[in-house]
Amino acid sequence: MRRTGPAPAVGRMCAIWFATPGRGGTCGAMAPDGVHAEISLTVDGEDHRLTVDTRTTLLDALRERLGNASPKKGCDHGQCGACTVLLDGDRALSCLALAVAHDGAEVTTADGLAAGGLHPVQQAFLDRDAFQCGYCTPGQVCSAVGLLEEVRRGWPSHVTEDLTARPELTHDEVAERMSGNLCRCGAYAHIVPAVQQAGGVQA
Amino acid sequence: MTELLEPRAIGRDMVRRDGEAKVRGTATYAIETPVEDPAYAHPVQATVARGRVTAVDTSAAEALDGVLVVLTPSTAERLASVEDREYAVLQSDEVDFRGQVVALVVAETSEVARQAADAVRITYAEQPHDSTLAVDRDDLYAPEQVNAGHETDTAQGDVAAAMATAHATVEQTYTTAMYHNNPLEPHATTALWDPAADVPLTLWDSTQGVHPSRSAVCGVFGLEEEQVRVVCPFVGGGFGSKGNAHAHVMLATMAARAVPGRPVKLGLTRQQMFTLVGYRTPTIQKLQVAADRTGRLQAIAIDVVEQTSRIKEYAEQTGVPTRMMYASPNRRTTHRLAALDVPVPSWMRAPGECPGMFGPEVALDELADTLGIDPVELRIRNEPGVDPETGKPWSSRNLVQCLREGARRFGWADRPPPLHREGAWLVGTGVASSVYPTMRQATSTAVIRYEDGRYVAEIGAADLGTGAWTVLPQIAADALGVDAEDVEVRIGDTRYPVASVAGGSSGTNTWGSALVVAAREFRTKFGHAPADGDEASGDVDQASTDEDHSAYAFGAQFAEVRVHADTGEIRVPRLYGVFGAGRIINPRTARSQFLGGMTMGLSMALHENSVWDDRIGQVAKHDLAEYHVSVNADVGDMQAHWLDEHDPYVNAMGSKGVGEIGIVGTAAAVVNAVHRATGVRVRDLPVTLDRLLPALP
Repeated sequence: MRRTGPAPAVGRMCAIWFATPGRGGTCGAMAPDGVHAEISLTVDGEDHRLTVDTRTTLLDALRERLGNASPKKGCDHGQCGACTVLLDGDRALSCLALAVAHDGAEVTTADGLAAGGLHPVQQAFLDRDAFQCGYCTPGQVCSAVGLLEEVRRGWPSHVTEDLTARPELTHDEVAERMSGNLCRCGAYAHIVPAVQQAGGVQA
Repeated sequence: MTELLEPRAIGRDMVRRDGEAKVRGTATYAIETPVEDPAYAHPVQATVARGRVTAVDTSAAEALDGVLVVLTPSTAERLASVEDREYAVLQSDEVDFRGQVVALVVAETSEVARQAADAVRITYAEQPHDSTLAVDRDDLYAPEQVNAGHETDTAQGDVAAAMATAHATVEQTYTTAMYHNNPLEPHATTALWDPAADVPLTLWDSTQGVHPSRSAVCGVFGLEEEQVRVVCPFVGGGFGSKGNAHAHVMLATMAARAVPGRPVKLGLTRQQMFTLVGYRTPTIQKLQVAADRTGRLQAIAIDVVEQTSRIKEYAEQTGVPTRMMYASPNRRTTHRLAALDVPVPSWMRAPGECPGMFGPEVALDELADTLGIDPVELRIRNEPGVDPETGKPWSSRNLVQCLREGARRFGWADRPPPLHREGAWLVGTGVASSVYPTMRQATSTAVIRYEDGRYVAEIGAADLGTGAWTVLPQIAADALGVDAEDVEVRIGDTRYPVASVAGGSSGTNTWGSALVVAAREFRTKFGHAPADGDEASGDVDQASTDEDHSAYAFGAQFAEVRVHADTGEIRVPRLYGVFGAGRIINPRTARSQFLGGMTMGLSMALHENSVWDDRIGQVAKHDLAEYHVSVNADVGDMQAHWLDEHDPYVNAMGSKGVGEIGIVGTAAAVVNAVHRATGVRVRDLPVTLDRLLPALP
């Protein structure tokens, strides 16, 4: 069963049919060869200017061009969540984003979250042994950070009973909202209390 | 008897040493290896299930900017050995299964490599293929042996006679689906061939064993072990599919040798993983169980039919657990294979035990129903005093204690009656047993050295999330008599001494045994005040392998299932496992292993199914949107517990291995609970709502 999770990342200029206004940057300038474009990205606080193949996903731009392998490639089709990053603050699937559509975007990876020491979500994942092989983990971490912000904003989920109240970080709310991030090692039973711990809930 | 280590670091809850790197995403997996100016390889796969390649047109691919080379059966190098036909890549025109690699592109970027792979034009002479597994095939055959060296068939007494005269019998056929391991990290290899270097070939390979991976490559390419280095500090899961090298490792090596001096990255796509890296064969299990009126088994038999590929045999040992699990005077197990035009099956978590404890554990539930005996009690009544197959005493066997402790924690005695309804939900509970053999591999060596005031242990072991980075220092510390913090362990590189594959739940048992021998040797040689650079080595201790006992871990799993009376939706709000698995080295990492196995077992019960389309000879659901695995919202109150178990016969740590037993029996517990809730007996996995809906009240 797969429900709530990180959203596909869409640029506001290029994917107008389901654009998310105001987030994720714009399209980069096309090079004369019609294949490449120049874009800028801020990744984990560092500015980059780079020329990308217009077919390059944001995930591949991070991993293969900028050497930031914190977001992982598990399926390349937005089905597993391993590539989740924070794109202008919101969790997003970087494998479903074309880099060229996110010129000027600010990207935070799990590594970037730890710039000033481990983020409380990361510390909670360590404390609760909420991972094994570690491959889905950076995506889980970014997804959890995004989730906590969504709950703070009062966004309901599929399992929220009262759509007018601020959602509580119950087991079911967290499990539902983390279900876009697959973990084949089966750490779900530890991921939920880790996210609750990071959200200030005793579990 | 083995003198068990005094547990000081062993048994401590220690945080993963690689944990911080993993939560940051800075642990480096094979495809991420930072190398200078990498090229990218992308395979071209056959689009027919059987036939011959008659023409390969690479002109459009080669015309693309950035394409370095296109390898085909006519341009690829000739391999030194083509004996293993899974590894004999690009050596002939034959197509043995749909998805087999028929060409390989190497290019400057991953985008161009993929585009060029799409541009390679292959013409086939297609032949009819046969990829349908069935019990009534006339070409089923008995393999010489089944996986892990077990006998193909066994028989004792007269099952048919017992079936004819027993008070109660169950005779049913059960099936498990085809499953794909699907570790989250796709299989990948970064390869560098530098003919001028001392070690010309370096492979950064995602593998459950750097030394086994090296052996496979050396055999195929005719290289000496000294010419090859395999590196793998982190593995993004494997569950058996990275236990053996697969074709892509040979392709990456071939690609690197085609562009000497240039590192090549080959990462399989998720879709390619459904044909190129193994899977668990579907199984058809015919069960016969007979019992007297008190529930004591008079006969138990399992006749297994499963598949292998036409080009390489793999025989899952599905019938093996039935040989030793319960006492019965009359027993029979058989395995028959169909060799089909399909991808090569291989290991997946608990091969043999995982599928092989589905049919029997459901059949026992059916027997309990027939006899009106509680299914926990039925299992306890059939507890064998010695191994029924070999007659050997158990090194330790605490199945009964696991059942009782699980029943107590779960509240089994207060289980709801059959067809119990709470509002819109039908509620039921189920139980099943778990088992996994305790193994130790024959080959592994560890070196312990005193370096800069601390102890360094080196062994080419693998940590695929199991916790080896953390657990091995605990073992070495107790063997040396120091704190775990004073031991550094280095693993995942063939520069370190030879280590066995991380498989068969034998990693910790094997590598830990080598560490203990090395530590004892170190203390004998250098005492407790070593000098910098002092070092000693130790091989896994064969002398202490106990031949006089039968060694297994056991467990019991309890499931609560809720089925929606109107929609058939199936939920599993509670799943408890209790295990007797020897001494637990690190409760934190062991708990994660048990829970991980149980989660995969839940997934097997309800979700996983590589639906086979035999018209085209391919898995129809070949990605993670269609091949469903359990997600977070599928897991409720899931708990793993264990007994304090002291086993002096298994190894110096007293450990039995915890990586696989958690998946064994889970699906049967869920299916048995579904029956209690709904009255519907599902004998074919997975349980999906369409199987329940017609029978719901």
